[in-house]
Amino acid sequence: MAAVATPNVFSGSRNEYRVCPVTTLKVDAAAERLIIWNAVTAIVALTLGGTYALLIGLTRWPDVHLLSAPWFYRLLTAHGMNMLVFWMVFFEAAGLYFGACILLNARLVGVKLAWVAYALMLVGAVMVNYIILAGEADVMFSAYPPLEASPLFYIGYILFAVGAILVCCIFIATILVAKKERRYEGSMPLAVFGLLTAAIIALFTLASGAIALIPTLLWRLGIIPAMDPGFYRVTFWGFGHSAQQVNLSAMIAIWYSIATLTVGAKPVNEKLSRFAFVFYILFINLGSMHHLLVDPGLASVTKFFNTSYAMYLAVLGSLIHAYSIPAAIESAMRAKGYNKGLFGWLLNAPWKEPGFVSLILSMAIFGFIGGPTGVVLGAGQLNLLAHNTWRITGHFHATVVGGTTLAFMGFTYYVIPLVFRRPLFAKPIVIWQPWVYGIGVATMSIAMTLAGTFGAPRRHWDVTFTNAIIPVQLPSLMNLFLTLAGIGTLLAVTGGIMYVVICVGSLFMPKREARSLSPLEA
Amino acid sequence: MAIFTPERNWWKPLGREEKLWVGIAAVWCVFMFFMLFGWYYLGTQNLPTVARRITTAQYKTLADAFVTKYKVGEEGATKVPVVDPKGDPEIYLVAQKWQWTPILILESGKKYNLHVSSIDVQHGFSLQPININLQILPGYDFIVEFTPTTKGEYSLICNEFCSIGHHLMTGRITVK
Ligand code: HEM
Ligand SMILES: [Cu+2]
Ligand SMILES: [Cu+2]
Repeated sequence: MAAVATPNVFSGSRNEYRVCPVTTLKVDAAAERLIIWNAVTAIVALTLGGTYALLIGLTRWPDVHLLSAPWFYRLLTAHGMNMLVFWMVFFEAAGLYFGACILLNARLVGVKLAWVAYALMLVGAVMVNYIILAGEADVMFSAYPPLEASPLFYIGYILFAVGAILVCCIFIATILVAKKERRYEGSMPLAVFGLLTAAIIALFTLASGAIALIPTLLWRLGIIPAMDPGFYRVTFWGFGHSAQQVNLSAMIAIWYSIATLTVGAKPVNEKLSRFAFVFYILFINLGSMHHLLVDPGLASVTKFFNTSYAMYLAVLGSLIHAYSIPAAIESAMRAKGYNKGLFGWLLNAPWKEPGFVSLILSMAIFGFIGGPTGVVLGAGQLNLLAHNTWRITGHFHATVVGGTTLAFMGFTYYVIPLVFRRPLFAKPIVIWQPWVYGIGVATMSIAMTLAGTFGAPRRHWDVTFTNAIIPVQLPSLMNLFLTLAGIGTLLAVTGGIMYVVICVGSLFMPKREARSLSPLEA
Repeated sequence: MAIFTPERNWWKPLGREEKLWVGIAAVWCVFMFFMLFGWYYLGTQNLPTVARRITTAQYKTLADAFVTKYKVGEEGATKVPVVDPKGDPEIYLVAQKWQWTPILILESGKKYNLHVSSIDVQHGFSLQPININLQILPGYDFIVEFTPTTKGEYSLICNEFCSIGHHLMTGRITVK
């Protein structure tokens, strides 16, 4: 390992670097430690969330109906928080440090502050988990007032968000300093540009979250008399939905990265891809309004403007990426001589590379299931037929679970050899992991969507309404899809377990420098 | 090379295929934009648009008066009132942990203003099997103008989590 010491212009201390033998990138040791800690914490959150996923998934399978009602709602709250918030954001924090420091050959600015941010996020996450399991916060991750959770729940949520804001600021500062110190030539790489998009969206997203959660905390502490539920919903979804665009931008940055790592793809037109990211910053937050389409108190024009005009420009951004990434892969493969027929390039693609399989499945699940269902649900009249049914849950398990999470999983297989500097554990199963997980999630998403079409409500313990005063019978066809979702759950959870086993096992492999870009050979 | 800095002059015009794709996508997006308003005029089942602020106490008073005036029976262990508004178009539905009250008997082909609001936490109005769903908030009187067209029994369930008995929350609307 070649360690190079360079003077730190600001604090007078010295930053330590090593040079990666495979990529020749310079790696700041401080950033590397932060990447490792944030990524490991993310995987812990995923493990917790995945355990709960199995339990709630089996509860919604009518023939199994595993948990009692209180534990179902409790663990559903914990599943939402650990997955959507903690797993995603810890992993993104690792991704931001990776992008700003390693890809830009730069040094991390504000190392101490980065650890403060990590500590805030960790304390917040532990508090939230504790208070949910203690039964003091059965409110779901959305925590709509006047439903009451313990003040500690909101405090944990807010601490976590403050930590995340700090991470974004450190990321942006690191890029600015890198530019000033001329750590990289010309423009920043596209992947970093995508991450910067994510960080910018994250900043206004988290601000909106603060506007929702801080008054709610004050209300729970008795400092303000009431919290308006309509106001909360507007500001909460300004956070909750836009946060999905952070996940989206980060995922696309990772798609481009994996395409480069696996087939050496080069963006066909840098300008176009960058414009597509800019569309997200400008327009996508307005899409938040689609959570409120059937709410009282908002004018139709507000709903229509925000969900149509602006959102379709964001959709245009996605359509551009949907073209650019496959096109980049195709050109790269053709340049290598795989020119036979229309799809020879695809047949000869590296299907033995776990990253490549994750990329393709993630793009397919997001692009063919997640995106289209989302656009459909964003139309007013259709939302009237779908709001809060299991169609919604089906939609976002195709976006953030089949799309983002799978992309993050695939990326991990590169991070482990290159950043953790440990060979992958259980190499023979690595290639199967994205298939098992991806097919499981896709099955589950489609089944949830169909069950919702027959009225299956989301966040619901008993669709037979056994103890209700007025009996209700939902269409029996719904049960078929509930069962199918249960089968999807088993597959998806198996894929999740494979991922966790590979990651945790790798942590105990002997440390050694990567020898190749391909994680199976490194 | 998305993870490396791009070549110096990356500000390049689009290629032919890219122009075609972006063109088609843009046209589609613009079409979708106009259609969102188009469907509003073409469709017969649109989002309800009227709502007013009200305190939960005020709403309860209005709804109680409505129930007292038109009550025709009771149903179930907790004696959920059954109400036939006999031609009065202003009808009230209360969302409360964990019951939709009252059971409504409506006439097919008649226009109603259905008031729905919650007197505790948020609930999800979900009318089955036609799968019509609305978010119900306390403090907002949601006024849904509609005309029932098909006779039969419709079940109401709750599809917004409203604490631990959420799955017990049901109700009914009968159209005769
Ligand atoms: C093994 C994979 C997974 C399975 C089997 C699974 C299963 C489920 C199930 C059964 C529900 C309950 C739906 C309901 O009753 O309404 C649910 C909700 C949810 N899941 Fe997952 N899930 C998985 C992974 C994930 C991941 C990776 C994420 C996020 C990145 C995620 C985010 C959510 C969210 C946000 C909810 C909604 C919670 C709420 O309604 O408050 N899930 N999931
Ligand atoms: Cu309810
Ligand atoms: Cu409910």
